[in-house]
Amino acid sequence: MIGAAYAAEEAGHGDGHGGGTGLPDPMHQFEIKRLINLDVFGFDASFTNSGLFMVIAAALITLFTLFAMRKGALVPGRLQSVAEISYEFVANMVRDNVGTAGMKYFPFIFTLFMFVLALNMLGMVPYSFTVTSHIIVTFALAAFIFIGVTIIGFWKHGIGFLKFFVPSGVPFVMLPLLVVIEVISYLTRPVSLSVRLFANMMAGHTMLKVFGSFVVALGLLGGWAALAFMVAFTGLELLVAFLQAYVFAILTCIYLNDALHMH
Amino acid sequence: MEAEAAKLIGAGLASIALVGAGVGIGTIFGNYLQGALRNPSAAPSQFANLLLGFALAEATGLFGLVVALIILFVF
Repeated sequence: MIGAAYAAEEAGHGDGHGGGTGLPDPMHQFEIKRLINLDVFGFDASFTNSGLFMVIAAALITLFTLFAMRKGALVPGRLQSVAEISYEFVANMVRDNVGTAGMKYFPFIFTLFMFVLALNMLGMVPYSFTVTSHIIVTFALAAFIFIGVTIIGFWKHGIGFLKFFVPSGVPFVMLPLLVVIEVISYLTRPVSLSVRLFANMMAGHTMLKVFGSFVVALGLLGGWAALAFMVAFTGLELLVAFLQAYVFAILTCIYLNDALHMH
Repeated sequence: MEAEAAKLIGAGLASIALVGAGVGIGTIFGNYLQGALRNPSAAPSQFANLLLGFALAEATGLFGLVVALIILFVF
């Protein structure tokens, strides 16, 4: 959405207001701002607010797990329980969807889930920035998963992994068509995985912004109804923020299972 | 027709995709409730699948919204 952010900046002349309507521009919140200008061999590698929030998310997860598990008590306290619940949650997800063979990849799935969850939840803090509302971030994650899973598949099964694209028990004449469909559906995985997360986060935050501007526009007298909607929508968005992290992680598990066990 | 007007109409048409998401989410929750009322003891074990289905169905409608936003802001 960098393009959209720039377009919004142009339309609103950088002050965050759409032309004419008087309502704030809902796309202004997705704007990327350079915090530290960096130029690496002609590439723009500036440290942006997007990068800042990624660093905050990574630091939060690391500090949380380290601090919560610092005692490692047999009977966990409150904070340690949260850390153990999140561990168990992801561990069960991997066990249920990939089996014990997948536990080798548990650290990656856990990191992925916690990172996406932290980014989504940080985005719900007012005046913060939602990193996952930019398709390039989610697509980079999804492409990494897709390439990694494909490499695991070929590494595990050799050239026999290509059998994955040939459905069993279908008439021979149907095969040319079905193989093409299977290959296309496999290749669209990174696209659907990334667009799902990005679209949910962006649509949710745009909706919150639009309804929030209604509250302001209706003023003290009429704004209460819209404010009640806002509270409900914020609750829904918190649910969606968690669900999308969950779906992202569980689909990674499912793709991993396909690569390890071929259907 | 002016290009600007065609753009707005196109964006509006693209957001019709959300109809499908509404139908899908309604089907998922409706069928879950139906099943849960028939066999309440089996309902909690399927709650994770319910949420997964909800998220997947919602996302397909949002693809249409993305198309609408691309029409509005990219072109």
